[in-house]
Amino acid sequence: MKSFVFIQSEAGVINKNSLEALCGIQKLSSRPSITAITFDEQSVETLSGYNIDRVLHLKNPLLQSYNPLAYVEAIQKIIQTEQPNLFAFGHTYEARDWVPRLSARLDIPFISDCTKIRFENNTIFTRHIYQGKIACDLTSSSETTILSIQSGSYRSDEVDSGSSATVENQEVDIVEDKRISQEDKFQESKGTVDLANSDLIVSIGRGIEKEENIPIAEELAQAIGAEIGSSRPVVDYGWVPHDRQIGSSGHIVSPKLYLAVGISGAVQHQVGMKGSEAIIAINKDKNAPIFEIADIGIVGDIFEIIPKLTAAIKEHKQKS
Amino acid sequence: MKVCVLVKSVIDKDSRFEIKEGLVHFDSYSDRTTNESDNYALEEALLIKESSDQDVEVVVACLGSEDSSQSIKDCLSKGADRAIHILDEKFNSLDALSISKVLKNALEEEKFDIILSGLQSDDIGNGQIGILLSEHLNMSHASLAMETELNGAEKIRVKRELEAGWFQWTTLSLPASITIQSGINKPRYASLRGIMMMKKKPIKVLSSSDIGIELNQATSLLEQSIPKKEKETKFFDGEADSFMDDLINSMANDLKVI
Ligand SMILES: Cc1cc2nc3c(=O)[nH]c(=O)nc-3n(C[C@H](O)[C@H](O)[C@H](O)COP(=O)(O)OP(=O)(O)OC[C@H]3O[C@@H](n4cnc5c(N)ncnc54)[C@H](O)[C@@H]3O)c2cc1C
Repeated sequence: MKSFVFIQSEAGVINKNSLEALCGIQKLSSRPSITAITFDEQSVETLSGYNIDRVLHLKNPLLQSYNPLAYVEAIQKIIQTEQPNLFAFGHTYEARDWVPRLSARLDIPFISDCTKIRFENNTIFTRHIYQGKIACDLTSSSETTILSIQSGSYRSDEVDSGSSATVENQEVDIVEDKRISQEDKFQESKGTVDLANSDLIVSIGRGIEKEENIPIAEELAQAIGAEIGSSRPVVDYGWVPHDRQIGSSGHIVSPKLYLAVGISGAVQHQVGMKGSEAIIAINKDKNAPIFEIADIGIVGDIFEIIPKLTAAIKEHKQKS
Repeated sequence: MKVCVLVKSVIDKDSRFEIKEGLVHFDSYSDRTTNESDNYALEEALLIKESSDQDVEVVVACLGSEDSSQSIKDCLSKGADRAIHILDEKFNSLDALSISKVLKNALEEEKFDIILSGLQSDDIGNGQIGILLSEHLNMSHASLAMETELNGAEKIRVKRELEAGWFQWTTLSLPASITIQSGINKPRYASLRGIMMMKKKPIKVLSSSDIGIELNQATSLLEQSIPKKEKETKFFDGEADSFMDDLINSMANDLKVI
């Protein structure tokens, strides 16, 4: 079996999710040949230190910065000439943006956001559906299958190192297509809270139901001495400012305590808080994915539990 | 100018389900709702229509079973002009690539200037359809839009969300397919007048024979299951008063967080 892993990289900084994808491919029980493919010359040396067969560096000035149409054309050519069985990506926002287009161009399936791949006669792709509540195993009969690996599904620090990779630099021809043009990346004003350095966070999810209920969670946070964080919908509705959003589009935090109230635990949220030392979740749905990563799970109605918990914590603190 | 909004009806998040013989079964009386990010896509289309000095027609396209019709009606009540409902049992469990081919065949002759869609569905969550379709219909594309600015009849500028609070503006030549991220706007509710007007708006129903498509899908489902837990969780369930002392004890002594 022949596999390719696309390495998203900028000025020598390799995207962690790409390495997680590489790790997933390396761990397949019947190990395929592995080519790591990149547009970034500065990452070639690092890549050649991994336990893979080949580093393929594609060269063209149009690949210097992200452009979906140029990227599609470059990789389309490689897949057509090399015909790998698996072509893996990290499920980054960039991959979300251009890899479907590659799939349509080549008419080969793209199994996106996989949490696991394994080999049992055939490659089996696992992805989660219904916002993480159900796992789904899929197979593909296509000569080539494109897949992307969900962030955090494998560990980038478990990528095997090695020294036998060959390095190949290849020029690719790309016809410039000006229908999509990108401006510089920018960060919106940073805000005032420093959630990344907060030790204790009480995080509010859609289960809070309405803006008027936010004080219930704030009182709990005060009793613990915690900052307020939130999931995306609560920010989308304008109930909590954007600089408190936790998750793939917001902050990545790793406090001593992350207390999630009324948060289901979708993967884009988990990405932002999975690294917390302790996780407590209050949710009325015992199947909520947040419980998969919680140390303490409280199954019940937040409007019943939070006031009682707040009072009990205050009492405990007074005693000790 | 013609703007299409791709809309999917999904099963409500709180629906109960069980796994039987490797397949998920939802309670038959589960509610359905319009996919969250599709609501934002529809709102964006209506905002484009209302702020443009050109004539803009907003068309809703939905692939889904009969129980999708409430979502379609909601979109029409909110202000979409007409709808296309692609309805055929053969299209029930297709993969992303196949869905995009059905949509291509169904929508190609409309020659839309802009296609908006939610960035991913809350049920299957492939997150690919709008972009697959851009390739099939030879359109430009952008994903995770958090703002759009239509510049005349030729270009649209889109603010794309990147990871960790970063953004990037992208300019697209029309025709363009754009996937919309939640939070881009404040979706409206249907007005009473809108609901009355909806009843006169056309819904075109297309079946597989109208679309004329042979699908040869490469991916197939093996089985569905409940995901494995990653951590040992200590659960507290039932009356809050009955476990509060234990809970405080765990927080203080096991986790040492209070
Ligand atoms: C590209 C992309 C980026 C994203 N970025 C982010 C991000 O940065 N951060 C983020 O958080 N999300 C992000 N999301 C959205 C994410 O997929 C989820 O939709 C979101 O995290 C859900 O938020 P929630 O858990 O608050 O809401 P829901 O999923 O609606 O969950 C609400 C939960 O509250 C529970 N509940 C309701 N009422 C009660 C009650 N009375 N008592 C107890 N429990 C109750 C329910 O059982 C449910 O589990 C992103 C999505 C995409 C596609």
